[in-house]
Amino acid sequence: MTTARRGSGQLFVAAYVVLLIAFGVIPTGYAVYFAFTDAGDNFAGLSNFVQAATDFRYFAAVGHVALYLVCWLVSLVVFVVGLALLLHRLTADAAGKALRFLYYIPGALAGAASVMVWLFLLDPAVSPVSGLLRVAGFDTFGQVVAPGNLPVLFTLIAFWTGAGGWIVVMYGALNNISPDLLEAARIDGAGPWQTAWRIQIPLLRKWIVYMVILAFAGGTQLFVEPQLLSQASVGVAGRDYSLNQLSYDFAFQNNNVNTAAAISVELLLVGLVVAGVFVARSGFFDAD
Amino acid sequence: MPTDRARRRPNPLPALVLVLFLVFFVLPVLWLVLAATKTDDQLVHGHPLSFGSLRALADNWTALTSFQDNAIFGWLGNSALYSFVALAITLCVAIPAGYALAMTEFRGRKTLLVATLVVMLMPNATLVVPLFLELNAVRLIGSMWSVVLPYAFYPFGVYLTYIYFTTAVPRDLIDAAKLDGCTPFGVFRRVALPLAAPIVALVGFFSFVANWTNYFLPYVLLPQSDQFPVQVGLGTLLNSVPQFNPTVGTAAVERPELALATLLAITPVLVVFLFSQRFLVAGMLAGATKE
Repeated sequence: MTTARRGSGQLFVAAYVVLLIAFGVIPTGYAVYFAFTDAGDNFAGLSNFVQAATDFRYFAAVGHVALYLVCWLVSLVVFVVGLALLLHRLTADAAGKALRFLYYIPGALAGAASVMVWLFLLDPAVSPVSGLLRVAGFDTFGQVVAPGNLPVLFTLIAFWTGAGGWIVVMYGALNNISPDLLEAARIDGAGPWQTAWRIQIPLLRKWIVYMVILAFAGGTQLFVEPQLLSQASVGVAGRDYSLNQLSYDFAFQNNNVNTAAAISVELLLVGLVVAGVFVARSGFFDAD
Repeated sequence: MPTDRARRRPNPLPALVLVLFLVFFVLPVLWLVLAATKTDDQLVHGHPLSFGSLRALADNWTALTSFQDNAIFGWLGNSALYSFVALAITLCVAIPAGYALAMTEFRGRKTLLVATLVVMLMPNATLVVPLFLELNAVRLIGSMWSVVLPYAFYPFGVYLTYIYFTTAVPRDLIDAAKLDGCTPFGVFRRVALPLAAPIVALVGFFSFVANWTNYFLPYVLLPQSDQFPVQVGLGTLLNSVPQFNPTVGTAAVERPELALATLLAITPVLVVFLFSQRFLVAGMLAGATKE
């Protein structure tokens, strides 16, 4: 019986293990192998990493991604938590449900579609908010997508597509907080601000950490937004804005897969460290 | 507490904030729908939230479909093909794997669980270039399997299934079926699978949306325009809009056609989304009950 059970468990996971090895383990190994060898398959030490780091575009790309991550994570935490608290406090059931659904709709436009929508919205010639853009001093699309504005623009796009889902998650988590607790706080004289700050937000902490870490991992991968924007902006936005774009450029424009792999390995390391912190700190995976 | 409620003065600010964000989230979608019904001239000079005309919509449709000889249908078909084949593989692979991780003991289970969590949190896009090198080495570049198989690898689905079985299905039930003489496969098929309907729907939805909206992977792995899924196709269309790319030659498309193509690209996701809303909310909170 026991042996049969063991055997069956392995049988059930077999196909998954094959995919895991083929599309998780091997590409990771491949990336590491290429990152530490040169074009002639000789061990190259850290020279690929040095080459990436000394490329004139490298630190610019690191800076771009870092700046974008700051804008994106701050706005995500502030507005998602704020909106979830407001929704939870304010709305009657039907209205709240409708609002959550409507906030969620842009989530269906992930990928290239959301960039298309924002290319239009940011073009003063056709934008439904061209008035706002002109008041802010932008008369042409080129002015709007000037490199200095890009972190904010990518944040707008990412927030527009991604925030709705997280609002739903936070709202659900708020619903899990016992009404007795909130009632007790109210009797003790806590206003909405105090209740939110002292009770609700601390209890949401784990979900906020979860959101920040997944958003961080996603943010480091920035590719489709700058890539399409650079196509559309007639060279105002470069093709080497993000690290993934730079890696792509090394691999397919410069035919230098080793340096491209070095950048991939760096991004993977950052992702893994973040994942490690996540697993260790949040207790999220304590299901076992 | 009615007295408490009565004492509280209604503050309009929170409602105002909620409405402002409603406009932020919905206005672009509404605008996009209307844009597809206008001519480019109306798009520039008309009221942004006006309806164009059915005639303009029909013209846009004709112009869009004639771009590269029905390319848009080819792209949509490719997206559907890649997404659904990958979805089918994902479900056949992820559901049994998540079930086995949650409900059975076997050697390497713990390692597999940790590997799943790590891979799930690893930024996938960083593996696109290494994936290209790997698939190039086995000469799969240019075949649809070069995107379908990586899509089908979906650790998040395994994790969701695992959480579902550990939290929502009592293990005694599985053990009882085993004692009654059910084979391991019989237990899975007759007991576990019927109970797993919500999680199958959920994993299916997430996998479908992730595959349908993926851009980077097919962009790198598929060399030819007639193999593109619609996301990459949108990029091709974008390149052919003179206002965004003045160097375009005779193959020009106008902006309303691009809006129409975007609408077509998102419609399948919206439809699937509308039907699975119920599972979504429940599923995004899977694990929320575990402290």
